[in-house]
Amino acid sequence: MSLPDYGFYIIAGTGIVLLAAQAVIHPTAFIQITIFGLADGAMYALVALGYTMVYGIIELINFAHGDVFTLGAYIAAAVLGFFAIDETNFSTVNLIALLLVFPVVMLIMGGINITIERVAYRPLRNAPRLAPLITAIGMSFILEGIMFVWHGPASVHFPDLLPHGPAFQTTIGGVFFTFKDVFVVVTTVILVSLLAIFINRTKLGKAMRATAQDRDAAQLMGIDINRTIAATFFIGALLAGAGGMIWGLYFNNLFYNLGFRTGLVAFTSAVFGGIGNIPGAAIGGLLIGLIAAYSDSYIGSKWTEVMIFGILILVLVFRPTGLLGMRVPEK
Amino acid sequence: MSQPTPAKRRSIMTRLHLRERIRDRDQAIYGVLLLGALVFPLATLYASGGSTAYIAQAAHAGTWVLLAIGLNVVVGFAGLLDLGYAAFFAIGAYTYALFASAQLGSSPLHHNFHLPFWIMLFIGMFVAAGFGVLLGFPTLRLRGDYLAIVTLGFGEIVPVLSYNLPQWTGGINAIGGIDQPWLPAWITGPWAGADSVSVIQNSTCRNPLDQSHFVPCFNFSFDPVAFYVLVVIMIIVAVILVNNLYRSRLGRAWMAIREDEVAAAAMGINTVTTKLLAFAIGASFSGFAGAYYGAIFSLVSPDDFLFIVSITVLVMVVLGGMGNITGVIVGALVIYFVLNTLLPSLASNSESIANAVGLGSLNAQHGDWPGLYAEVQRLQFLIFGLILVLIMLLRPQGLFPSRVREQELKHAAVQEEASAVEEGARA
Repeated sequence: MSLPDYGFYIIAGTGIVLLAAQAVIHPTAFIQITIFGLADGAMYALVALGYTMVYGIIELINFAHGDVFTLGAYIAAAVLGFFAIDETNFSTVNLIALLLVFPVVMLIMGGINITIERVAYRPLRNAPRLAPLITAIGMSFILEGIMFVWHGPASVHFPDLLPHGPAFQTTIGGVFFTFKDVFVVVTTVILVSLLAIFINRTKLGKAMRATAQDRDAAQLMGIDINRTIAATFFIGALLAGAGGMIWGLYFNNLFYNLGFRTGLVAFTSAVFGGIGNIPGAAIGGLLIGLIAAYSDSYIGSKWTEVMIFGILILVLVFRPTGLLGMRVPEK
Repeated sequence: MSQPTPAKRRSIMTRLHLRERIRDRDQAIYGVLLLGALVFPLATLYASGGSTAYIAQAAHAGTWVLLAIGLNVVVGFAGLLDLGYAAFFAIGAYTYALFASAQLGSSPLHHNFHLPFWIMLFIGMFVAAGFGVLLGFPTLRLRGDYLAIVTLGFGEIVPVLSYNLPQWTGGINAIGGIDQPWLPAWITGPWAGADSVSVIQNSTCRNPLDQSHFVPCFNFSFDPVAFYVLVVIMIIVAVILVNNLYRSRLGRAWMAIREDEVAAAAMGINTVTTKLLAFAIGASFSGFAGAYYGAIFSLVSPDDFLFIVSITVLVMVVLGGMGNITGVIVGALVIYFVLNTLLPSLASNSESIANAVGLGSLNAQHGDWPGLYAEVQRLQFLIFGLILVLIMLLRPQGLFPSRVREQELKHAAVQEEASAVEEGARA
């Protein structure tokens, strides 16, 4: 253990002790805040996974990913418009719509992201490292522009189709639960587990890990690099699309540049957990959600951004590769 | 007796090596830019019948050129990705704003400062550089993209701080009424205009030594021409400085680190100090530009330093041609033109084009169609994105890539081909 490690443990320890003190003094409030934080963090985690997978495989900060997430929510709202959704009570139509729209939106977003990769990133794979970064920024503007032209600057209503109302919320020991909170966390856990199984158990997952480790060597082993990278973008967009839908279902409110801020926070989560590391991104997302929730309630929401990025900088100073990142030598 | 033949007078073309210079692309661009800087104010004054609106635009564009030159040192020379460059810009601007306005009088300090612009320009520079060192020192051992995220975080924190500390920074209300630069009255020149005497007599400036007294002076007082001249001089100085840095030992060390950090360290380059210097020098240009920005608008608001500013400057640098000074200047001008002239005027232009070609009916609003003007206005984001993607796809190296880099890349390509041929022959 080196000196920087001690610094890291001191900072983490101080934070935990302060939070523990709050937990002892006001246990119900603390648990309540934790639930909010987990629900937020779950959504960040879904977006962060897309960032970390793309970065892991082609070392590109995919600035357009946050907008892919928002576009997913916009498309989901449009698709849900075809159903006769009952926003006051949870009907069978709602259930069918929910079960249908999830895969449809995820697949649409996957297709869109593959197209983006094909058009904007693949031609630049051997160009200077920052060229694809600029096209990613350009794609982000294009996607935001599409949503802006589509619905204008005003916020868009997302149908409130999850079960809600007094029947679907409960108070256990003074802590307020709604069905939505549980839904968000459970869906995220399911999706992340599926991703983990995919990455670790399937042939394509193995190809992705190999490509991330050493692209040239992977190619020599007969892996189709273009297909693998496209698949990475596809899966990243599946998760982003799902994340966008979950966001819509949870907050019922969308606006065209939602992806900018969310994407920034999600990318921060990915770095926090150690970029390129898939469990790291999930844990980073949850942690950032929790930090944001605690800071909102205990410090004041106007300082949340300072807290998130301040903690991020401190963590990176003491652990230069993020929480779970491996210390690999520079290539 | 033979008279000694008089030495042949060499023409001015030969003496200034003009022919060679024109053939050298970068030198030619410098020439065009300088000529343009001279002709532009005269031409627009003449064309618009004395309106200085275009000159004001150009004076604003100068800020971005300075920023792009500075970021080029960090990103282009040393290869460190900086996503929070606007933070240093903000620090420079706020440094000038705080010490040249009534802001600190309402802060817990209860004392106004009105330091002259010319001093604050350099103080802003050093303060920004100091923050660059402060941020860079603990974080420069991070690998490339972790550094990017640290700078991004810093860039997010700085505007939030200025929002949240209104007693110091004015918060959302911004700092207004910032002093204009001024020159002593005895420096008269073309910038004072035809009625320079009256300008000088009518304006009063605080005596820097005894602030309650006023001295006769030439006050810039929002005169676009004066700011234009100032920024052109600042850019020329910056270009000379950066060019010298590029050719110096430090510049070569930056390139070495950019290409291969491990190899550079093995050659005896102190990588931490060298990277830290790149960071600090880049930040100092930003602080320089910030002080100028505070002076020209006389208003500094946290909204002017959001993440989008860092991104815009990065786009200017990469799109212009990373590592090449003429490239980033052209990139900055192109992007500034697109963002501030082309896109805003697109809507009204398309309206008049539609009228001219007989599609005037498009301009009216009916049903779902909001009218051409509103529709094109909505398309702005999309068009900017398309421009970025298309330019990058067509010229992945940027508009004017660095000559040295170009040669290296060509060389590498040729070598690869050669080795492929060799392998083919062997097989």
